[in-house]
Amino acid sequence: MKILVCLSNVPDTTTKIKFSEGSSSIDTTGIQWVINPWDELSLTRALELKDDPANGIKSVTVAHVGPVSSEPTIRKALAIGADDAVRINAESPDAYYVAAQLAEVIKKEQFDIILCGIESSDYNGSMVGGMISEFLEIPSISAVSGIKIESGNPVITREIDGGKEIVTVPVPFVAIVQKGISKEPRIAAMRGIMLARTKPVKVFEPVTVEPLTQIVVFEKPAPRSACRYVDAENPAQLIDLLQNEAKVI
Amino acid sequence: MSVLVYTENWDGKFKKISFELVSYASEVAKMLNTTVTALSIGKIDETELKKLGNYGSQKIISVFNDLVETLDNQVYTNIISEVSIREKASVIIISNNNTGKALAPRLSVRLKAGVGSCVSKLPLNINPFTVYKKTYSGNAFAHLVIKSDVRIITLAQNSFNLIETENNAVIEKADVTVNSSFVKTKVTDVKKQTGKILLTDADIVVSGGRGMKSPDNWTHLVELAEALGAATACSRPVSDEGWRPHEEHTGQTGKIIAPNLYIAVGISGATQHLAGVSGSKYIVAINSDKDAPIFEAAQYGIVGDALKVLPKLVSAVKEMKK
Repeated sequence: MKILVCLSNVPDTTTKIKFSEGSSSIDTTGIQWVINPWDELSLTRALELKDDPANGIKSVTVAHVGPVSSEPTIRKALAIGADDAVRINAESPDAYYVAAQLAEVIKKEQFDIILCGIESSDYNGSMVGGMISEFLEIPSISAVSGIKIESGNPVITREIDGGKEIVTVPVPFVAIVQKGISKEPRIAAMRGIMLARTKPVKVFEPVTVEPLTQIVVFEKPAPRSACRYVDAENPAQLIDLLQNEAKVI
Repeated sequence: MSVLVYTENWDGKFKKISFELVSYASEVAKMLNTTVTALSIGKIDETELKKLGNYGSQKIISVFNDLVETLDNQVYTNIISEVSIREKASVIIISNNNTGKALAPRLSVRLKAGVGSCVSKLPLNINPFTVYKKTYSGNAFAHLVIKSDVRIITLAQNSFNLIETENNAVIEKADVTVNSSFVKTKVTDVKKQTGKILLTDADIVVSGGRGMKSPDNWTHLVELAEALGAATACSRPVSDEGWRPHEEHTGQTGKIIAPNLYIAVGISGATQHLAGVSGSKYIVAINSDKDAPIFEAAQYGIVGDALKVLPKLVSAVKEMKK
């Protein structure tokens, strides 16, 4: 079986978000770009599955939609352990556009398990994985917190309200993964970093797709009112404020 | 033209979020000068369905057959898209919960409809159709124009108040043919906790961090949660250490919640944690470090040792409930 992990690169979570003039885009100066946390966990899980020969995973490929400046993200994924990579040479105007590009690549290259993170920490869209599956008319399982292979068949844990379901589905399918899929992201070792330089990265030009949405302006959240302190010796006052001022209890 | 709202049910019952969605849909329908149709999929009785009318749904469509008992994203997408075409929906509204996140993207491709996800306000404009959505894990909000003729909105939980209206809803049982070869998802086992308040449903959440010092100290935190009718949560280090189950982890890579009241006990408030709770209406911080970033996000704070403050809070709540 072949696994594809879709990667998005996002500003490091601790980045202070600033906007460009007119606030129609973010100011990218000084931003530290990282692999989207959920995609990094998906990649880790894919590599863990490949580590056990009994699982019969032939290869782990990563795919990313981005201009040449996003190559460091791809090299990082290769250094962590992916076998090869695909980059679609385009900016990503919206989720629909990105999913359409990835679906095109999947049609060409044929994968059995396609892993996507539940959301990117920048646009918080939670859309790309589901959209890919619909473009390809294949099953999608979302809220996936576990995936293993049993006698050649993928067995998936899906989170539901207040619990979990164990689900099976025939390949090919898209799994949209979240918390639990893997514990700690795998880190690139020196040997991996050396190897990554020579691993193949295929570059495809994008197909023509009209984006369906456009961000016109960003704004900062309304500032929260300053914290009101209650004496640690008298917590009853807090309960009184919550009951009579905030009216939430 | 109409506004279609998909109202999920849980074992034949709606929840507050179902009514939030219908209230929101009615206000969107008013902006577009049209009416609301609610769609329910699965086994549910008429009394329950009728409740959607209290929040402004004029028509309630109920679809039930053997094939919808398991959530198969392809099957559900088929039903919703077919009903939306029948109803000539120009806006489709779904919750931004797990189900909404599973279905909205598939519907988007099927109907060539742009999605505004994690929307927390009424549309800012109807021409061009502009929604207000969360980005950068709550550190910024975007005005997003949806250019397609059909638009999909996934509504952030607890972001819209219930609005009751006169109920004149008509219930319609609809048949939607589902090709059984479509059903590919097989559920082989289910594990469900019962009797506990679900974190994602809770109006009040009491959450503990490393400042709790040891898993043994959770007794008072649980007691406070019980006294308030709250769910319990924790920060990432706590779930990583195995002090609490990972289902309780709230934060960027854990559960993202938006209760009315979030009480953070011994949680410093790193950006990653705040990303999961910044949608809360009120945040209370209890921490011994007066410089902890959680106090910047909080409206009420107590600087003090969590383990000493908690028992006093429990008695104060019990006193209040008397």
